[in-house]
This record gives sequence, structure tokens and C-alpha cells, in this order.
Amino acid sequence: MTQPLNRLRETASQTGGPYVHIGCIPSFAGLAGIYPEDLGLRAIGDNPKGEVIEITGSVLDGTGMALRDAMIESWQPDAAGVFPGQPGADPEVNGFCRFAADGETGEFRLRTVKPGAVPWPDGRMQAPHIALWIVARGINIGLQTRIYFDDEDNGADPLLGRIEHRERVETLIAKRTGPGAYRFDIRLQGPGETVFLDM
Amino acid sequence: MSLIPRDRSAHPPALDPGYKTSVTRSPNLPLLALDSSITEETGPTFGHGLIGPLDNNLILNWTRGESPAIGERILLHGRVLDENARPVPNTLVEIWQANAGGRYRHVKDSYFAPLDPNFGGCGRTLTDEQGYYQFLTIRPGAYPWPNRGNDWRPMHIHMSIFGHAFAQRLITQLYFEGDPLIALCPIAATVKDRGQLEALVAPLDMAASRPMDFLAYKFDVVLRGTRQTFFENRKDGM
Repeated sequence: MTQPLNRLRETASQTGGPYVHIGCIPSFAGLAGIYPEDLGLRAIGDNPKGEVIEITGSVLDGTGMALRDAMIESWQPDAAGVFPGQPGADPEVNGFCRFAADGETGEFRLRTVKPGAVPWPDGRMQAPHIALWIVARGINIGLQTRIYFDDEDNGADPLLGRIEHRERVETLIAKRTGPGAYRFDIRLQGPGETVFLDM
Repeated sequence: MSLIPRDRSAHPPALDPGYKTSVTRSPNLPLLALDSSITEETGPTFGHGLIGPLDNNLILNWTRGESPAIGERILLHGRVLDENARPVPNTLVEIWQANAGGRYRHVKDSYFAPLDPNFGGCGRTLTDEQGYYQFLTIRPGAYPWPNRGNDWRPMHIHMSIFGHAFAQRLITQLYFEGDPLIALCPIAATVKDRGQLEALVAPLDMAASRPMDFLAYKFDVVLRGTRQTFFENRKDGM
């Protein structure tokens, strides 16, 4: 016999299902007004410090079709690399945002500020990035990934450096398409499959 | 304070062909596993100012207290803990569900069971200092879904829990003790570990029910915990 560990196991995940919006973005589902405002509607206030950017994209399945029922959450620091709740954080940056793929086109849109760099546990700096969590019908456990930016120096990023298949690094890098505009598509499966994280 | 790495055997695999939609929505390539960083170890916080007085009362929140929803009145309650068995206080819990007839109030649900004009189907609350939460709602009905020829979801309530770190985010579903459809459901069956599936089934809790008013079901949730050792960040062996 040994001593008991007295640890609990994490509750098993289940898919968010096709109606995840009812609970998370009720006005998108047709329940406008049940709460004064949907949670996480805006990543930023009216006057955040730094560059305001807009990222558009789609979540594509293994056949190349855009998911029209995906929900995404994002989490990031402000333009100086300070997370909300930390001392000195920009009060105009919420850091957290929730957005849905459009019910007809599957396009999503995230309006936010370009985040600043934050440290890796060993003290090295990570390149600017936004964390994403993706749930949908058919996704049994939420998928973690990150958005990096093609106009930043990503060469020394500790996470990107750990991707063995170097051609896959590109799947995490948003492409600048115009002033303050980026494109970031998420491929769940198959050619160009996005790198998903277990962190 | 890095997060305890996720025990993936506690969760469904991404691909489970019995649940057909997972076939084209599951990554083929392995996940990239790394220690958590500040990005994963921080997360949004929500104040009590967010929560309205009826937000955790689905019997009354759609009508703002005017008329109650139709169905079996239940208290759904429990605690949010972490893997170290510590309570997770002041964290946001959100639920959504179908009405008593199995119909969702969603633009894309076309099941011919009618909507209940007095039922919306979503609620939210914050856990207290001990990690405890409660909702008053009606028990949802089973409903059919296009998967195999004749698949029906068991009675279930979807639950979303934040925790205090972005990488603690969890969405799950709770089922009800004794429902014979649980054993037939391809989505419940994505959970391969029997004990983990049983932990998604809320038992009837007569002691918490209120006579002549509502029955109660208890559902505890466990989120990822954090490692706390004196050796954090000291990579002496590397």
C-alpha cells in the first residue's frame, strides 16, 4: 500500500455543441436582452494605447469548409505586454474577447490592440501573440492556439522555436493585409493544419 | 505557479467516429505540448456587478420575473474545485439548455417541439468563497439530432467554467441520474473512461430539494490545478 495522493481528476470536456451561443453569446442566438450586454463583446475600450488592429479569418474543417457555428475566445495583454489585472495595465484593454463565426459566411472578426511582448517562464521574451480557444459542434475539447504577426520579429520566440516541422510555424502567423488589418485562418485538419497547443 | 499539464486521458479524444461531426473537425497531427507561460496562467476576471438578480434563475430570467417556465423545477448546485481539491472562488459559471420539450431557443434549432414563451435557456453566476454555485431551472427534455438514423441526446445542461487562468477554460455537459439515454449517446460515449463519464452524471439530491417547490441535482466540477514547488523556474537540471 501507498499513501493516497488525494488529487481530483479534471472534469471531462464535452463539445460545446451547435447552440453554444445561447450560453456564451446569447444575442447571437436570438436571446438579445436577456443580459444587458453579452460578455466579452469587446477586447478593447474606446481609447486603448497602441495600434488598433482587426483580425479576420475562418475556421476550416478537413474538407476546407468554413465552420458556421464556431465560437472563439481570445486572451492577450495590452500594447505594453501587461495583462488586465496586473499593475499598470491599460484600463482600456479588456484582454478577453468572445466572437462567433458568422452564421452564413463563417467569417470571424476580432478588433483589438496589437499586444506587447511577454516573458517565457525562463525570462526570455515571447514574440507578441494572442491566445485563442476554439469550441464548436464536433470539437470534443476546446482547441488552444495562438496568433502571431508577420510584421513582428518572431525568430526568437520560445514556443515557435519548439515546432519541429518548421513549415508549420507559418500556420500561427497572421498575414497583414492592409493598415491595421490581418488575416488568420484556422485549419482544423489536413493540409496546412494549424498547430494546436497543450499548455 | 505553472498549471498541471492536462491529463488527456481524462477527456474525450478529438476524433470519435461515433460522433460524426468530429470526423472532419479533429486535428490529425499531435498537439504541441509545452509548460504554461503567463499567457496561459492569467485570465479574465468578472465582478459581481456583471450579474443581475435573476441571472441564475432560468425559471424567471427570460420573463424578468413575470411568468415562470413550464417543466420540472430543479435546483442545480455544486462546487468548482481544482485538482488539488481546493475551491475555485469568484469564478464565472454559465449554463445553457433546451426547454422541457427538448427545444432550444436558437435561430438554428428547427425541432418541432414548441418554444416555451417563458423560457430562454441561459444562466450565469459566480461561485462564492467556497467555490459553491447554484441555479434554479427546469429539467431539459431529450431531443433528436442528425447523427445516426435515430440518435437522441439525453437530458443535459451545458456548462462553461472559467477558472482563474485562460488554460483552465472548460466546457462540459451534465447529465441526470438514471436517464437511460446516456448509455446510447455517442457524445457521452466520447468520454472513454467510465469513472470520468460517471462524474458527468448529476445525482438526485433530496436533501437540497425544497418540499412542495423543487427537486435538486448536485454537480461538482474539477478544473486544472497549479504546481506549487520551491523549484519553479529553476531549471538546474537542464
